[in-house]
Amino acid sequence: MKKTIITVVGQDTVGIIARVCTYLADNNINILDISQTIVSGYFNMMMVTDASAAKKSAEQIAEEMEKLGTDMGLSIRCMHEDIFNTMHRI
Amino acid sequence: MINMIEATETIKMITQENLDVRTITLGISLLDCIDSDLDKLNENIYKKITATAKDLVTVGQAIEREYGIPIVNKRISVTPIGLIGGSACKTPEDYVTIAQTLDKAAKEVGVNFIGGFSALVSKGMTRSDELLLRAIPGALSTTDRVCSSVNVGSTKCGIDMDAVRLMGEIILETAQRTAAQDSLGCAKLVVFCNAPDDNPFMAGAFHGVTEGDAVIKVGVSGPGVVKTALEQVRGESFEVLCETIKKTAFKVTRVGQLVAQEASRRLKVPFGIIDLSLAPTPAMGDSVADILCEIGLEHAGAPGTTAALALLNDQVKKGGVMASSYVGGLSGAFIPVSEDQGMIDAVEAGALSLEKLEAMTCVCSVGLDMIAIPGDTKASTISGIIADEMAIGMVNQKTTAVRLIPVIGKGVGQTVEFGGLLGHAPIMPVNPFSCQAFISRQGRIPAPIHSFKN
Repeated sequence: MKKTIITVVGQDTVGIIARVCTYLADNNINILDISQTIVSGYFNMMMVTDASAAKKSAEQIAEEMEKLGTDMGLSIRCMHEDIFNTMHRI
Repeated sequence: MINMIEATETIKMITQENLDVRTITLGISLLDCIDSDLDKLNENIYKKITATAKDLVTVGQAIEREYGIPIVNKRISVTPIGLIGGSACKTPEDYVTIAQTLDKAAKEVGVNFIGGFSALVSKGMTRSDELLLRAIPGALSTTDRVCSSVNVGSTKCGIDMDAVRLMGEIILETAQRTAAQDSLGCAKLVVFCNAPDDNPFMAGAFHGVTEGDAVIKVGVSGPGVVKTALEQVRGESFEVLCETIKKTAFKVTRVGQLVAQEASRRLKVPFGIIDLSLAPTPAMGDSVADILCEIGLEHAGAPGTTAALALLNDQVKKGGVMASSYVGGLSGAFIPVSEDQGMIDAVEAGALSLEKLEAMTCVCSVGLDMIAIPGDTKASTISGIIADEMAIGMVNQKTTAVRLIPVIGKGVGQTVEFGGLLGHAPIMPVNPFSCQAFISRQGRIPAPIHSFKN
């Protein structure tokens, strides 16, 4: 299973999770885990997702998620989980 | 599973602290391209490079997107051309046509530099090697992306002083031929002692004869990440300082290892080595000199600099070695002057001289790098500086290198702008006393006594 980690950071506003999840559902990407917090008005979310059933390529998904973030004034990054695993796990 | 703190740390390293993979360098052997007909040789070289590297840039970009890590450069290194052109090239001009072929191939596949217009002459020059050396000014002034290097010494063989003398003249001629661009040609020319076969970094990269047909070499970087980590341990003991550098170097190198394995798998080319280097860029916060300041110096060049750099270089290696299955190349902290804003500031403040830089090269990864000197410096003086640096490498069994830029028409007090990754540099004063009689001697310096380990 190819897991992707999506992080969303920015000013809190109505409908962030809704729009991100709608995009994921539309593209057949399954959410495995969500953790989310708000620190002094700043929205922080990390999602672990499984994109193995998605039709689009990892590159295209990363680009579209980034654009979705820009539209909402947020920073959304979509990265293969291996970069985190190699850095933080021996 | 990864938690939010870890994810945030990684993303902060990339977005705020300039963590990146500095280069994916594809090494390509050209030994099977050799032909006695020059046109056929050029055709073979062009075909081999463009076929082997056709997917390098697209694969690099795909990895960048998927893993969210910038891969700044995609480059190619080839077998030293001095070994390839021997039977086809009768004049320096013949060698220049090979440089132009390399340039054309680099442009075709979209890499920003191709290294390997090189000769290995640590014990002596063949006729072919000498023709290549004499072709360097023509090659670097008529191409955009070709990099050249010459290995003139080693711990095993000593120093070929005839080559050192010739390189002083070649560097000056290259500066003159590229005078219109502030002698930019010299920024693409390195003189080595103990040059490694698997270096991924330009301008000194070539694909050594000990290597396979094609191989992936990755250079990682991240001075900003180390600097930020050290901000958290101000005033702490050396033990804490060293631990912090090691842990950070480990994390940075792991990213390089991941990228190298992925590039190797996708390009179907074996993984060679990771070069664990702290390679600065002119960008703010991407400086090795800033790390030295964070360790406790007012400016790079202050007393204590050599010790601080020795510590940094060693801890980077200790942390990085465990993070990768194969390490190699130049591995350590680079101290180029024009490519590091902190170094430039130190020179401008009067804290850093050429002599102090020479001392620093005894403990850093390479040598005197990207240093602008007055354009009226004599060829014999340049050879003298090269000889000093080669002696440091030979005796200490380490790689050393010289990349000096005599800027034609400019003198001490002026600055030179190379642009992009090459940065800008204040012109540094050179010791005015002559070494003409020393450099004029013929032959070579014998290998040091500790080379006889048989």
